Amino acid sequence: MSYFSDIYKGIKTLLTGMSVTGKYFLHSRKGTITQQYPDNRETLKMFDRFRGEVVMPHDEKNEHRCTGCQKCEIACPNGSIEIIWDRKVNPETGKKKKEIDQHIYHLGLCTMCGLCIEACPTDAIVWAQNYENSVYDRAALTKVLNQPGSKLMPGVED
Amino acid sequence: MTDKINTMYIALSITKNIHDWLFSVMPEGAASIVEMVLIALVYLAVFAVAGLYLVLLERKVAAWFQLRIGPNRVGFWGLLQTMADALKLVSKELTGTVKADKFLYNLAPYFVIVSSLMALAVFPFTKEFQAFDINIGIFFLIAISSIGVIGILLGGWASNNKFALIGAMRSGVQTISYELSVGLSLLTMILITGSLQLSEIVEVQKSGWLIVQGHIPAIIAFMIYMIAGTAETNRAPFDMVEAESELGAGFHTEYSGMKFAYFFLAEFINMFIIAAIATTIFFGAWLSPFGITESIPWLGVFWFLGKTLVLVFLMMWFRWTFPRLRIDQLLTLEWKYLLPINLINIVIMAIIVWLKLTIQF
Amino acid sequence: METTTVNSNFKSEEYFINMGPQHPATHGVLRLILTIDGEIIKKVDPDLGYIHRSIEKMCERDSYQQIVHLTDRMDYLSSHINNEAVCLTVENALELEVPDRVKVIRTIIGELTRIASHCLWWGVSGMDVGALTTYFYGFRDREMINDIFEETCGARLTMNYNIPGGLMYDIHPNFIKRTKEFVAHFKTKIPEYDRLLTGNVIFQKRMKGVGILTKEDAISFGASGPVGRGSGFSCDVRKHHPYSALDKVTFNEALKTEGDSLARYEVRIQEMWESLSIIEQLIDNIPEGEYKVATKAVIKLPKGEYYQKVEAARGELGVYIISTGTKNPYRLKFRSPGFSNLSLLNHIAVGGKIGDLVATMATLDIVVPDIDR
Repeated sequence: MSYFSDIYKGIKTLLTGMSVTGKYFLHSRKGTITQQYPDNRETLKMFDRFRGEVVMPHDEKNEHRCTGCQKCEIACPNGSIEIIWDRKVNPETGKKKKEIDQHIYHLGLCTMCGLCIEACPTDAIVWAQNYENSVYDRAALTKVLNQPGSKLMPGVED
Repeated sequence: MTDKINTMYIALSITKNIHDWLFSVMPEGAASIVEMVLIALVYLAVFAVAGLYLVLLERKVAAWFQLRIGPNRVGFWGLLQTMADALKLVSKELTGTVKADKFLYNLAPYFVIVSSLMALAVFPFTKEFQAFDINIGIFFLIAISSIGVIGILLGGWASNNKFALIGAMRSGVQTISYELSVGLSLLTMILITGSLQLSEIVEVQKSGWLIVQGHIPAIIAFMIYMIAGTAETNRAPFDMVEAESELGAGFHTEYSGMKFAYFFLAEFINMFIIAAIATTIFFGAWLSPFGITESIPWLGVFWFLGKTLVLVFLMMWFRWTFPRLRIDQLLTLEWKYLLPINLINIVIMAIIVWLKLTIQF
Repeated sequence: METTTVNSNFKSEEYFINMGPQHPATHGVLRLILTIDGEIIKKVDPDLGYIHRSIEKMCERDSYQQIVHLTDRMDYLSSHINNEAVCLTVENALELEVPDRVKVIRTIIGELTRIASHCLWWGVSGMDVGALTTYFYGFRDREMINDIFEETCGARLTMNYNIPGGLMYDIHPNFIKRTKEFVAHFKTKIPEYDRLLTGNVIFQKRMKGVGILTKEDAISFGASGPVGRGSGFSCDVRKHHPYSALDKVTFNEALKTEGDSLARYEVRIQEMWESLSIIEQLIDNIPEGEYKVATKAVIKLPKGEYYQKVEAARGELGVYIISTGTKNPYRLKFRSPGFSNLSLLNHIAVGGKIGDLVATMATLDIVVPDIDR
């Protein structure tokens, strides 16, 4: 007798399973979770804290906040940041001071851990939210973060 | 309105006109051969394209179950997707393994595709629109679908690949077992009609579809037929043979290009055939419910295709919901559950027909 | 391929099959050399090392704040809990007391990570036994958790949000609202998972009585996590050695005694319910306070050996640090749950069929980067 009750119970569970997928089938017009990517670029907005790429913001006078203290270079676990600096004589105080020449950032090596941004004492580098970082030539992944001809914003000390 | 009816009547009578013309131009033997070749070419063209669109339908239906959209880039709503896939498959390199048995390796896909296409010849799409109406219609269908398994076994053996061999052996066992259930459940319905010829079966159904005439045993026979039919075509939940997450791709691992396309298309056409047999035997092939469009015979094609597509959808629903059965559970299902129930069902149906307890309209 | 890993007492009817490194059912790059006789499995030899990236050696070169981002990539499905393990070890060694706010937030995010990992496990396990739609339903729910993480931490998978001493930034203002929405949504989804897969007669036949692991074997092989709890071995680190805010919440430990694959499956489903209840108990009462304690810029642990264990989604993860007083550890070793869980595969799969092997591996839930590190 358990033969027939087994069959009955088995068929009932199968129909329950079918009802779950059937419900999704009927709601499929509005319920799809697919985002059709290249078509929705205008409306696609990342969250504020999204870790896309490290950038150095410059204001309208082409000035940045990086003093060349090298704290980000020390904090980076795998050497994605290289700072090229020089000691120059500061015209106002007459003392020798570190000044940054180039802030090289290897996007290809970066693991997006965020330690450099935490270590920076002057908030010179921040996260940008761009997610389309692929390039055709690997050399384009080595970026120089400070723009040519820019200098340190006056009044920023580390 | 009468214009339209006239044009369609002309289309149906075009076949009659061509038949008469051929017989008047050539001697009898040559004319009948030419006629048969012509019909074969038409069917081949129509069903090759229909097979491609079934693949697209499967992908779209699968996507809707899975909260996705499915192909929608190639052509409007994805309609040209399978054309693009077929073009890609045709242009692929036909690889083969070094130690494979060349003759059998090349022969295997032809068995499956030819047996599928042959079975399509006997279906009654509407009144007097049947290519091959022999008096052992059902028997012919069951016999033809048994030939397909030879192709699978040959493909698995000739590939010289352990995975393919395991897959082919499993498939052989599965198909041979489930043919019994298919045959017996169809036999249950033949008890009501009394004839194996397909056009006769449709005639009997003019007084009510067979699934209504046979009430309880017919419904049980239908359920068994759907389960066994799904197993015959190696579809989930019985697709251990080509279980993608277990053994690569089963018996067609070593095939690429057009030969793989044959196996793949044959699976979908088989699915259509199983659904079409069920429509013919259980649901009154081209007859409309309660005879509402009796007077417009060419609508029969749409009724037939509509009912078949509903059953095809049911098979797809099974595929995307259930996990798969292990091979020994598959065989247990057949020999311990389906076969005894089938035999008891035949006895009950025989008693009902003998006591004239069928429901007639 | 005759390599030295094949057993040399090899009868002539048996043949061996490679479930090679790239395979849809092995959850990562794992090579299994199966010796089978027809359909019955005679021996299973796992072959590891395809994704070894020398994480432990890199940890000897990095400072303690830099080690944390490497642990993200070990068991990437419970990345937050891995980070928490290293941070707790360092904080215990320095005897640093973190504020209550940090503890509660770490626990909430840890439980969310556990639910996300189990969602993915459920989807993939359905896919392994053949029900291909469960994958999408599991991932749909996981997307909501990924959005919560992306808003607060900035990344979806490798989060690196914990630092020794606390959290990297404070939680986003929307965190509490989103988490509550997720809890309400997910409570309607787990019964649906049950209706679709757990109760299904085909699924039960595939999983019941398959891959039986007795309690003594579980203890002697060192199985932990749901694998051990499915056999009746009560090994939940959250109960026996609570950490962060876990001593303030009440929850049940999911235990079953049968030891077969269905028991391990049901333990994980039960764990999802328990995690939801832990989150509900904590989400409304996050204490105010600082989100980190200031540590020195260069952390040096005092000389000695330190060990801390946590309950990752897969089992017990342990971090063992030997320090000689310098700014890098002398040796850092991870006790990974997947390694011990994989070692019992030969014991429980022998005598079954290939289909049973796939079902067993689905419920062992191993992530190969965790094993190879």
